[in-house]
Amino acid sequence: MTELVLEVHSLEKRFGEIEAVRGVSFQIAAGETYGLLGPNGAGKTTTISMVCGLLERDGGEVIVAGKPLTTRSIGAKAAIGYVPQELAIYPDLNARENLRFFARLYGLAPAVAGDRVEEVLRLIGLVDRAGDQAKHYSGGMQRRLNIGIGLLHKPRLLVLDEPTVGVDPQSRNAILESVESFSAEGMAVLYTTHYMEEAERLCDRIGIVDLGELKAEGTRAELVSLVGEHDRVHLEGVGDLEAAAGACRALPSVDAASVEDGGIQLIVDHARNLLPELLQVTTAAGVAVNAVEVVEPDLEAVFLHLTGKALRD
Amino acid sequence: MRAALLIAGKDLRQRLRDRSALLSAIVVPLALASIFGLIFHNVTGGHLTFTFGLVDQDHGQAAQAFETQALGPLERGGLVVVRPEPSLAAGRSAADRGKVAATFVLPAGLSAAIGNGRTAELRVLGDIDQSIGVQVAEAIAQSYASRIDTVRLAGAALGSTTPGSVRTASAVDPIRIADVSTTSRQLDAGTFYSAGMAVFFLFFTVQFGLSSILEERRDGTLARMLVAPIARSAVLAGKLLTSLALGAISMAVLALATHFLLNAHWGNPLGVAILIGAGVLAATAVMALVATFARTPDQASAWQAMVALVLGMLGGTFFPVSQAGGLLATLSLATPQAWFLRGIENLAGGAGAGAALGPAAAILAVAAVTGTLAFLRAGKLVAR
Repeated sequence: MTELVLEVHSLEKRFGEIEAVRGVSFQIAAGETYGLLGPNGAGKTTTISMVCGLLERDGGEVIVAGKPLTTRSIGAKAAIGYVPQELAIYPDLNARENLRFFARLYGLAPAVAGDRVEEVLRLIGLVDRAGDQAKHYSGGMQRRLNIGIGLLHKPRLLVLDEPTVGVDPQSRNAILESVESFSAEGMAVLYTTHYMEEAERLCDRIGIVDLGELKAEGTRAELVSLVGEHDRVHLEGVGDLEAAAGACRALPSVDAASVEDGGIQLIVDHARNLLPELLQVTTAAGVAVNAVEVVEPDLEAVFLHLTGKALRD
Repeated sequence: MRAALLIAGKDLRQRLRDRSALLSAIVVPLALASIFGLIFHNVTGGHLTFTFGLVDQDHGQAAQAFETQALGPLERGGLVVVRPEPSLAAGRSAADRGKVAATFVLPAGLSAAIGNGRTAELRVLGDIDQSIGVQVAEAIAQSYASRIDTVRLAGAALGSTTPGSVRTASAVDPIRIADVSTTSRQLDAGTFYSAGMAVFFLFFTVQFGLSSILEERRDGTLARMLVAPIARSAVLAGKLLTSLALGAISMAVLALATHFLLNAHWGNPLGVAILIGAGVLAATAVMALVATFARTPDQASAWQAMVALVLGMLGGTFFPVSQAGGLLATLSLATPQAWFLRGIENLAGGAGAGAALGPAAAILAVAAVTGTLAFLRAGKLVAR
């Protein structure tokens, strides 16, 4: 079995009367990317603050690389690389100085730190601007520096808290590609986001969080199966729509078919496989199809199913 | 300790790049010390020569005693220039036109009045624009009058009220400028304002220490440091080291710069170093304590500025409050600034380093009290 890098058991946190985190448990293995998906205020940042030893927890346990972690731990923290949601760099220091300071803070010897700083500068593409003060960088460059600081000591667990919030599409894509490479190198990655697309693209497993609770977790397929593997197909066309709907209904993979909004609305299993047969049946029934839309169940649907509200609410 | 030194090194690099920090630590205090020193140099340095007019309508022994015994020594010492005026009108005119700071008028019959025990009048006509000169003139006249009263009382006790008493009065020690000074322990203006401005701005210089934790919290870098494998106390220690280093550098530079540029006489170097060390500790402790009550960097900065200003004023960094006596002088002893200046006064007078130990102990007592309170409260700054 792959080695577990992070184990979180029954994590709890209260702020006065508010239960910010309620019994959250999950595990991440080496080389795995685990996403915490939930809307703003769901408890994602509070959870990772406890996972990183920033915030005292009221209950539960966190084990990083086999070592129990508290806010006062030193050994366990050495295994964590942390990339906060907001930029956390020194704008009046240059990239090299920023990286060197944190490298030394993480205990890297001066010579090792120097080499590692240059490696990270190359990785984040800031070699040419390494001597400029960070306040003169573009937003994307600052974001890359922000991430680079978390990679300096080659952490076994990399925690990224919504790293693409407020980032332009180009930089966002670069960040996502970087994260994909981290897990490929064997790093365990904990990634929080409220962007469904990012979770689907990056994460091997996803935990859906709402109101401080982990509502469900698993691979994308496992989560989607929670709402049933039904796809929605909408066929737009001209002709005898009722007859065509009746013909479709007779197919074994079609659960439902009805005429709506000037077209035929179908609930089917495996729409992409069934699509040629559906077009054949409706054409045979005298309908000229001029548009097809397939909607497969996604994490948005899963979130809606589990919480009764949309992810972006 | 390694982590604390790293944090302090990083902070120092940031502060040295921040020109406003350099301004408040060195440039502004040096400039203010220069300006204040120039303004008050002549007064406290004793290098100004006051010009006084003298209208002698008496021509008697009392007038002669005033001229030769009260004014004479001062004139010979180069402190005053006496300009005889031929008439009351001329004397008044000289004062009105600023030709003299004040005119002494010795009216006709002055000697006789003194000799007969009657009320005698010695008038001082001052130039409204030379208030300090007028005060000096009044002090000279008052001092002379006091001598006359003393002799009268002595004469009465001996049963004599003859004009001979005037001769007795003139036989007493000549009036010295020290007698009209308001202080007996005073630095020259250059040294006073050099030390005063240095210790005043020291409190602003060291304020960045713990309050920069609030800045780092706002900017997210504190979280990064707290996730790193270091003790939280290392963050506090690093910040305090930054304050101590900045304070020591600032004070050392100011002491040397004012010595060479403003001719300030700080006194025994070891004693000065002791006072600077104690002062930096106290300033750091006081400002750290204030920072622990703040929730934001702006709040900390505003509160620290207020405390530094109040302590600075009360401690006599702008004016020698401790010399004023009364409640204010007593209150000033609660400030490290007052003790620092007192220590410098001791040293500037030529005393050895030992003269700094008493004031330094008082400063360290303030540092101990405020530092202990700050230590007890500082943990919350690095808690989330």
